[in-house]
Amino acid sequence: MEPRPRSFYWLTAFFLLFVIFLYGPTITIGILSFQGPQGGLTFPMNGVSTYWFHNLFQEQAVGDIWGAFRRSFALGLMVMVATVAISVMAGLAFRKRFAGSGALFYLTIAALVIPSILVSLGVGLIFNQIGAKVHWASSGFGAQLTWTLPFGLLIMFAVFNRFDKRFEEAARDQGATPWQTIRHVVLPIIAPSVVGVALFGFSLSYDEFARTLLTAGSHNTLPLEIFGMTTNVTKPVIFALGTLTTVFSFLIIAVFLGTLWLLGKRRARRAG
Amino acid sequence: MKKSDTLRGWALASPLALVLLAFLLLPIAMIMVVSFWQATEFAIVPAFSLENYQFLFSSPVTYKVFWATLRYALITWALTLLIGFTVAYYLAFHIRSNTAQTALFLVCTIPFLTSNIIRMISWIPFLGRNGIANQTLIGMGVIEEPLEWLLYSDFSVILAFVHLYTLFMIVPIFNTMMRIDRALIEAARDNGASGWQILANVIIPLSKPGIMIGTIFVLTLVMGDFITVRFMSGSQSANVGRLISNDIALLQYPSASATSVVLLVTVLLIIGALMRFVNIRKEL
Repeated sequence: MEPRPRSFYWLTAFFLLFVIFLYGPTITIGILSFQGPQGGLTFPMNGVSTYWFHNLFQEQAVGDIWGAFRRSFALGLMVMVATVAISVMAGLAFRKRFAGSGALFYLTIAALVIPSILVSLGVGLIFNQIGAKVHWASSGFGAQLTWTLPFGLLIMFAVFNRFDKRFEEAARDQGATPWQTIRHVVLPIIAPSVVGVALFGFSLSYDEFARTLLTAGSHNTLPLEIFGMTTNVTKPVIFALGTLTTVFSFLIIAVFLGTLWLLGKRRARRAG
Repeated sequence: MKKSDTLRGWALASPLALVLLAFLLLPIAMIMVVSFWQATEFAIVPAFSLENYQFLFSSPVTYKVFWATLRYALITWALTLLIGFTVAYYLAFHIRSNTAQTALFLVCTIPFLTSNIIRMISWIPFLGRNGIANQTLIGMGVIEEPLEWLLYSDFSVILAFVHLYTLFMIVPIFNTMMRIDRALIEAARDNGASGWQILANVIIPLSKPGIMIGTIFVLTLVMGDFITVRFMSGSQSANVGRLISNDIALLQYPSASATSVVLLVTVLLIIGALMRFVNIRKEL
């Protein structure tokens, strides 16, 4: 191998600094959430304890965190399933041009660039006018889809742009029906990306704030609950909550990455 | 285009179309309609009145706040572009093993899948009056009094934006860089181009589509934001998003809608201009 140019070392240092910048604050609140009962929001640590985690579990200390967590989790799963199904179908649709496909594509991109608060406001206004009550599982669900679907579709585009059509042609030549081709050839090939779409669907929904702000109704999702806390909680209990939900996000990511790894291994075994 | 293709296309794409119709197009249309309505203290009243727009355009606050929003967007854009390009360049051209590349790319993208609000909160122990930054600087003897402008200032707002959104630059730029034919770089080197010349004449021009997509992301995210500015400025700075959310909190929906329409038009004009330089579908 040729020797590394000097720029490599400068860039490595830059990259390391960037990673510290990216993760440093999160690690800091991870440490501070173990603050002693008398400790404050900043260093120094006033003893080490799990006091603030216990505090979270006491119902009266803060709002309805566990209810909010359950709702966010359920909503995340709903959004995940819908995002996967709708994105895969739309991804298949966009492989061939059809009348109006260009317009639909730009509408999807528009969903990505239109400020979230407008979606929140607009959906809230519509529900208000037709006399329906906003609820996280109806208006909140729909509003979040406008954020997850564009990502799902972009991932599907990326996959199908690199898709080798000869696999399908081979299946068709051997007499497979269109449905069989999709079920036994296309879906297995795109499976890893579908796992990626699912991860995006769940995580983006689980952390979404702006689009649920005016569409969740009287029962808050977790990000709304946390934001409510920021205005009146001045104790490390908020760090404990932040640490728990970040750990939860990391676990979810690990589950999905693990699934991807298993898929890859199974594929390698079959090929070998 | 065959008729059967159209039928097949819409059969598969109809769920997407329906969701976007119900939760994007109709809501935006509703905002446009309501922006001409009037509000009493308790309710909104259908009308056709230009009052909301007249008030908006005659108020000096509007111009000030739009300018502040644009300023946040431009500063954040410059910083995220600089950092994002450097990181993407490092990952694409200096990391040789595929596994390491994937792993480091994941390191950069994972925070995107965690909570933005928590990531904002996590700056408090760092930037606060008695935070790590101030303690370190005092300890080193650089300053005597804690700096007050670290938290709850424009500085912390921009810092949080850069922290949250640099990734939106890294991913598309990295994506385009990975598609640059390595033979072009070899050819440039064989012809005697220096590292900087290769960067300036080969890599940057070929990375333009990624830069454009990242730019679109960062500009729209910052311009539509209301929560980062509110939280990180300690409610001391304003941007258009906060103007809208304040009106919403006061149940002044028509006025909030009018501001939303103006914001939307501004954002779409900027995106429209940028889209002339890039074909998004080709770049995926």
